[in-house]
Amino acid sequence: MELNERDKFTGHMTTGHEWNGIKELNSPVPRVVWLFLGVFATFGIIWTLLMPSWPGVSGYFRGLLGVDHRVAVEQTISEAAAEKAAWLDRIASEDFDAIGADGELMAVVRDTGKALFADNCAACHSAGGTGNAGYPSIAAAPMMWGEDPETIAETIRVGINSTHPETRYAQMLAFGRDGMLGRAEIDAVVAYVETLSDPAIAEAQPEPVATGERLFADNCAGCHGVDAKGMVETGAPDLTDPFWTYGGDRRSIRTSVYGGRQGVMPSWEARFSPAEIKLLALYVLDLREGRQ
Amino acid sequence: MFGLHYNLERSAIGMVVAIVLVASIGGFIEIAPLFTIDETVEAAPDMRIYTPLEVAGRNIYIREGCYACHSQMIRTLRDEVDRYGPYSLAVESQYDHPMLWGSKRTGPDLARLGNKYSDAWHSAHLDNPRDLVPESKMPAYPWLLRTQLRTDDLANHLAALRTVGVPYTDEMIAYASIDAFGQANPESAQASGVAERYGEATNIRLFDASGQRLTEMDALVAYLQVLGTLTGATAPTQTAEAE
Repeated sequence: MELNERDKFTGHMTTGHEWNGIKELNSPVPRVVWLFLGVFATFGIIWTLLMPSWPGVSGYFRGLLGVDHRVAVEQTISEAAAEKAAWLDRIASEDFDAIGADGELMAVVRDTGKALFADNCAACHSAGGTGNAGYPSIAAAPMMWGEDPETIAETIRVGINSTHPETRYAQMLAFGRDGMLGRAEIDAVVAYVETLSDPAIAEAQPEPVATGERLFADNCAGCHGVDAKGMVETGAPDLTDPFWTYGGDRRSIRTSVYGGRQGVMPSWEARFSPAEIKLLALYVLDLREGRQ
Repeated sequence: MFGLHYNLERSAIGMVVAIVLVASIGGFIEIAPLFTIDETVEAAPDMRIYTPLEVAGRNIYIREGCYACHSQMIRTLRDEVDRYGPYSLAVESQYDHPMLWGSKRTGPDLARLGNKYSDAWHSAHLDNPRDLVPESKMPAYPWLLRTQLRTDDLANHLAALRTVGVPYTDEMIAYASIDAFGQANPESAQASGVAERYGEATNIRLFDASGQRLTEMDALVAYLQVLGTLTGATAPTQTAEAE
C-alpha cells in the first residue's frame, strides 16, 4: 500500500487502497457538508446552553433562558384567568336573576357553557341535553330535584347517588326482585302507570287499573306523590308527563318496577369552580327556555 | 486534518476502541439523566396502588388496545389543562408498568377520567358507544359484559409488579383473587378485606351492575374509575383554577 500518492489526472491524493490497478481517490468532503455540520453542531451547543439540558451530580443544568414548561403553563393559565375574570367574577358574585337579565353576560354564558357542557355533560345527557336511555332529558323534561337555578347548581355540585359526602340520594326499590310485589301485582301497577301519561291506554283497559291504583297508593305514592306528579324532595320523577328516563313502554316500566332504579350523576365540585357550576346551571336553564 | 483518522484506520484495535468511545457518547447522553430521576420525579406519599381488580382492568385496557386512541397524559398546555384538569405528573405513573401515556389521541385523554362518569355509563358506553354518543367512532366491546374475568392468575400479576417496585405485600398477593371478587361485590363477605388492604378510598361497587358474576367489564370499569384519583399530589393548577 503506497501512501502519499497524488493522482495525476485530478490532482487529489489517493487513499492508498487499490483494486486491480484502480485506486480510490481521497477527494475532499464537499464544502456544503462541512457547512451543515458546522451550523447544526453550533446550534446544538447553543441550544443546550439556553435550555434545560445537562444532568449534574445534584440536579440538572436549567439553561440560561430559564425556560420551564410548568412555569409557562401556570403563566398562560393565570393570564387566561385574568382575562376571564371580567365576566367570571360577575357570574360568581351576582345572583341568577341579574345575570339572566344581562344579555351581554348571557352571550358569554352560552358561548362558554356550550364547550363546558360538551366536554363534561354531553356524554350522558347528549349534546343538546335531550338525554339518553338511562339519563334524563334536562332540556325539556321536568327536573326531578327542582328547576330553579340554585337547585340545578346544587345538583351539579354534589351529584345524585355520587361519591360526594353531601350527595343527593334517591333509590327506587326493587319491588319485584326483593319480593315486595308479586307478579300479578306488578302487572297491575305497571298497567296503571302506563295510563297515567297516556289517556288512550286508560280508556282501553279500565279493569285492572283499579287494583293498580290501589297498589300505587300503597307502594309508590310515598316518593312519586299521590297524583304521581313526582316530588322534588325525594327526587322521584313525574310519571304523568311524556318524558321517561328508562323508557315508557310496558316492558321498560316493568323492568323499573321489578329491579328498581338508582341512577348516578357524579359530583362536579372537584372539576368545576363555583362560578363554572353557576354558569352551567344558567346554560341548562337557557337550554330549557330555548326548547320550551 | 484527517491525520489521526488515517493512523487509526490502520490499527484494528485502535479503530475498535475509537468506535466504542464514540458510540458510548450516545449511550451516556441517554443514560446519565436517569441518575437525576429522584430530583425530577415528585414525591407522592399518599399514592395508592392498583387493587387486583384494577390491575386486571388495566391488563384488559392494554389487551384491547385502548392506548392506541386514548392517551393518559395531560400536557403542560393551557387548553389541555382547561379541558382535562391539572397536567400529569411523572409520579402519577410510578406504579404503571408499562406506562400508558400514549402518543396519539383519536379519543379524549383519560388521565383524569376517574369518577367523571357513572359506572353504568362506562358499562353501557363500552358495550356500544353509539347508544350514548351517536357520533362516536369508538369500537364496541360487547364481549366485556359476557366474559367472565380470569382471576386465578392475579396473584402472579401482583407478584410480577412487586419485582419491578410496586409495594404489594405478601398478604395482598395471597388474597389477590378474593379481593378482585370482593371489590365488585360490596355485599359479599370478601368485600371488607379490600378496604382493609388497599385503603378506605378504594371504590367497592357493583361496577357492571350485576353481582352474580365477575366480568371483564367489572375490571375495566374499576380501572377507568381510578384514573387520576390515586394520589392527591397533582399540579398546582387545580388550586389556581378553583380560586
